[in-house]
Amino acid sequence: MTFELITGRYPYVLIALLLAVGLYGLITKRNLLKKVVGMTIFQTAIYLFFIQGATKTDATIPVLLPELGTAPERYINPLPQVIVLTAIVVGVATTGVALSLLLQIQRRFGSLDEAEILRKMKAGE
Amino acid sequence: MSQIPILIPTTLLLTALVSLLAGLRSRKAGYGVAVAGAGIVFALALVGVRFVITSGEAIRYAAGSWAPPIGIELVLDHLSAYLAVLITFIGLLVLVYTPRSLRFEAPGKEVFAYPAMVLLLAGLTGMVLTGDVFNLYVFLEISALAAYALLAIGERGAPIAAFRYLLMGAVGGGFYLLGVGMLYFAAGTLNMADLHARLPELVESRAVISAAVLMVTGLGLKMALFPLHFWLPDVYANAPSSVAGLIAPIMTKVSAYAIIRIFLDVFPPGFFTESVPLTATVGWFSAGGIIFGSVMAIAQQDYRRMLAYSSVGQVAYVGLGIGLANPIGLIGGLLHILNHALMKCLLFLVGGAVRLRTGVVQIPDMKGLGRSMPWTMGAFTVGALAMVGIPPAAGFFSKWYLLLGTIEAGNWWWFGIVVLSSLLSAVYFFRVLEIIYRDPTSDPAEADGNPAAAVVHPEGEPPPTMLGPILVLAVAILVAGVLNVLIVNALLERAVAPLGG
Repeated sequence: MTFELITGRYPYVLIALLLAVGLYGLITKRNLLKKVVGMTIFQTAIYLFFIQGATKTDATIPVLLPELGTAPERYINPLPQVIVLTAIVVGVATTGVALSLLLQIQRRFGSLDEAEILRKMKAGE
Repeated sequence: MSQIPILIPTTLLLTALVSLLAGLRSRKAGYGVAVAGAGIVFALALVGVRFVITSGEAIRYAAGSWAPPIGIELVLDHLSAYLAVLITFIGLLVLVYTPRSLRFEAPGKEVFAYPAMVLLLAGLTGMVLTGDVFNLYVFLEISALAAYALLAIGERGAPIAAFRYLLMGAVGGGFYLLGVGMLYFAAGTLNMADLHARLPELVESRAVISAAVLMVTGLGLKMALFPLHFWLPDVYANAPSSVAGLIAPIMTKVSAYAIIRIFLDVFPPGFFTESVPLTATVGWFSAGGIIFGSVMAIAQQDYRRMLAYSSVGQVAYVGLGIGLANPIGLIGGLLHILNHALMKCLLFLVGGAVRLRTGVVQIPDMKGLGRSMPWTMGAFTVGALAMVGIPPAAGFFSKWYLLLGTIEAGNWWWFGIVVLSSLLSAVYFFRVLEIIYRDPTSDPAEADGNPAAAVVHPEGEPPPTMLGPILVLAVAILVAGVLNVLIVNALLERAVAPLGG
């Protein structure tokens, strides 16, 4: 039973794993750049969740084909894909801002190591 | 009239662009454009709220003429009109205030700060006006990105505080987006009104329950709901005063608004109270946050850090209103969004004025300011008394409604916490009041020849662009206090109508 639950939904299991990996990296890594990598993995898992939810077998892209007619079950729902596109744009912008913040941090503290930066902040260097 | 919901965020988006282009040619032009844009939007919001009150109906706008639920819908109803007026009011005042303060605290950054502030306002007004759960996510991220950029200006530790906020914001936004996805795959729509109509059949669905939990968790992170507040104090304490004065009053509140919105208008009645005890959970975390924020605020020496911890406690009042989930308690929470926004904006702006004139940010150094800056400190006194909750200042009334709500719910723990936290905020604000009105010349520390304690402040009041917004806010606090019954009757009672009170 449990086995079938996993094999039947293995994409969701993989997505959940990716979410966990991303969160783990974001929380535990000491290097701030690696935290950004964790954040990106976390966001990618969310994109995959939307794409997976919209997938259908035996269906094609949502462009009307004469031989398929207008039967909705023969076409993939385009809305989740559009949502993912928007979310990717947001994700790119977030990553961009994160990297530019890292540049500032690197310039001010000469390091991207969290413990090192905290030590320097305390010492007032 | 029917275009107002879309005009508010789009005008701000356009203003941000024009302000940047104008600002690159001349700093003054960028400032002028930003203030003009915020002024126009504030006027639009006022027209909108007047229409909503007199007609008693919401203004609905279908973006791109795609009829909802297919297209995105923007809705100016009683609740969103109330917040739109508040956000644009605070935005306008802070923009007017910004140039002198920011030139002093972060020279050379003004040109880019105005467009970012306007973008922040665009995101926040969009969040309150949208009638679509995914569109809300997009506006949430617009406001968040603008906020990260703004918060990174400032002191040495500012980029690292902003970076941590960014990580938390990305996780919060991500949780919310996952929730939206589950909701969409379960119900097949993203429109709030349509979801409200379809979800009652699906209350047993596990996907819908997880969606609710994920959305509230994500927004709770953004709202700095205790114990998810840890990113907030560093962020506010490192930011320039004008930026903190813009972000602290409205940003966490808009996330709280989003929780209230999905609680009232997306999920079916009783879902958050019976199917999943989400409101009670939010309420108990908030109760913890109120105590934690107040106690930590007492321990702070840095003025901005004290305000930041006090924000953790104060936004939790809104959470407590959600937790009560009865009409009168939720009215208290909503009214506290307005009251606390006015008070916290005033207090941060006063901090900026003090910093400009004296360079002081530590509370013990603020000695004798009551004499050299009488108007500014008069306004501070109004704000501080409002925070403590002394009538007729605004803070009293929202706490009063919250107390009535706790009595109605029969929750004596929360009743005690609201009363106790008022006493605690009295402790930390009266301490500051005592210091600023103490006569510096009669101070024994000075007689001991302690030079650090003998700071003299001959500089006087801040320039009119800074003093003006501060005084307007002080008056607004008193007006909002006196007129609270009007606000509640005209707007908030309609807003909480889905609770059936």
